[in-house]
Amino acid sequence: MTTQTTGVRPSTAAGGGRSRSRSTRAATAQVGRPGFAWAIPATVFFTLFAIAPLLMVAVLSFTSWSGLGSPEFVGLDNWTRILDDPVMIKSIWLSLLITGLGVAVQTPLSILLGVWAAGQQRNRAVLSAIYFIPLLLSSTAVSVLWRALLDPNFGVPSEATWLFGDGNLFGGQATAIGVLAFVSTWQFTPFHTLLYQGAARAIPKVLYQAAEIDGAGRYRQFFHITLPQLRNTVITSTILMVVGGLTTFETVLILTQGGPGTDTTISAYYMYQKAFKSFDFGAGAAVALVLVVAATVISLIVVRVSGYDKMRSAMEGL
Amino acid sequence: MKRRPHYLAGAGSLVWLLLVGLPLYVMLAATVQTRTEYARNGPLAFPESFTFDNYTGAFSGGFGQYLVNTFIVTASVIALVLLLVPPLAFAIVRSRSRITSGVFRLFLLGLAIPAQAVIVPMFYLISKAGLYDNLIGVILPTAAFCLPISALILSGAMRDISPELYEAMAIDGAPPRQIFFRLVLPLSKGGLSTIVVFSALQAWNGFLFPLVLTQSESTKLITLGLYDFQTEYGINIPGLLAAVVLSTVPVLLVYLFARRALVQGLMGVGGK
Repeated sequence: MTTQTTGVRPSTAAGGGRSRSRSTRAATAQVGRPGFAWAIPATVFFTLFAIAPLLMVAVLSFTSWSGLGSPEFVGLDNWTRILDDPVMIKSIWLSLLITGLGVAVQTPLSILLGVWAAGQQRNRAVLSAIYFIPLLLSSTAVSVLWRALLDPNFGVPSEATWLFGDGNLFGGQATAIGVLAFVSTWQFTPFHTLLYQGAARAIPKVLYQAAEIDGAGRYRQFFHITLPQLRNTVITSTILMVVGGLTTFETVLILTQGGPGTDTTISAYYMYQKAFKSFDFGAGAAVALVLVVAATVISLIVVRVSGYDKMRSAMEGL
Repeated sequence: MKRRPHYLAGAGSLVWLLLVGLPLYVMLAATVQTRTEYARNGPLAFPESFTFDNYTGAFSGGFGQYLVNTFIVTASVIALVLLLVPPLAFAIVRSRSRITSGVFRLFLLGLAIPAQAVIVPMFYLISKAGLYDNLIGVILPTAAFCLPISALILSGAMRDISPELYEAMAIDGAPPRQIFFRLVLPLSKGGLSTIVVFSALQAWNGFLFPLVLTQSESTKLITLGLYDFQTEYGINIPGLLAAVVLSTVPVLLVYLFARRALVQGLMGVGGK
């Protein structure tokens, strides 16, 4: 192991002492470095409670299990059943729609708010602290709060019929989806605002000073410096929004129960119903696997695009 | 650089303030009104009288017990994360072993595993392990799902420790254990407090695991309590909102006292 690893990265060792002989260098590079044993407890725990269940989803999706006894192998039965179910197909489209809506609304909003909040002014700091509050509430609390606020009989819509018509926002598909998108925006925009705020603060000031000297106005600075510099954050934030959107669950469970009818039954909620309401765990696992595949594809994109996996060499070699 | 204020942005920020602030105000205002007053005057009215009955009602409805349960789960999740993640992050940052870079990839992959995706097998595993309807059965998966982001945050913090310090200790012949306790842990306090706050939030606000893995009153967590309250007494809006406020107070306190750690933790996810 020693020869192999030092062969890969001699640069760090060189920092320790340039004039040493080759063999001492190799020794210094290895002294005080933890072995992989340090990672074992966390890895075992994580494998047991996250990776193993992930693999088990695949197995369970080929079995029939009602929650009692043991799962029985049934081949592709669950798969043919869920793929024949129009509600399932509809739920995929609904998931994509909700996710797309979330990205389309939250991205511009959080970029604007984030860049604004990145300013060092005192009032901006105070307002940002307030903007942050929805993020502290659990999804459950947020959903319960908005369910109460939008209650057809006792909520805001009943007060403002000029705006909301009959006041029952949960009664039609378009308004119900609108409510879900709005509540997610209300809850998650602060998080993405925070990402953009951090990224905007990290943009080197010289860029703006140079632009100022060249006579570029505020808007040109925004479009030609700020936005391009935020590119990586846009990618990360979008991916987080996609993963979050695909797995929206509490909001649907508490606000619409998938209704009216099945008009807001998105995949994650459909899975919950199959498994824990109809006790058809096999079908639930099959739907979950669809979610896993979607999430894995996205996570691979995260790692590739953001360069997280290359971060180590970039940072340590400095 | 002194600049003129940006009026359009200012106006936009005020609109957003209204969107965030108004619901929060309505929530607080509703909780000090009686049900009849709230129903009569509507959500936007200023409360005429003040009552704390909604809060005491929530406590007598079992929320005291739920709060205690949630505290137990949160503290245990924090303990597990603090036990597991620092050695892991140390290995990720400093180990030259190929296995650790593989491990790091595993955790990165884990970043995007949604809890929903594994809930069916989790139910199976926890039932088979005899931990169904037991707080331990909620603690274990919740902690596991805190690990990827915590590992990412903490290894980021450990990377910021200058390599010269590591090398100085290594030249003095310090074993990894000594470097870990004398150098790495003291210098990554910021990262540690961040993962503590992050995991605490995850545990406190978690919903899906308690929903699926518990069922009795004695193991009910606060989020599940809210959900059940809503399904059973949904029309008692002031009572319901008082419960929402109660569930949030501890988090608000953390926000007041550990705002930096919280904000940094959240930014560490995407900012690095």
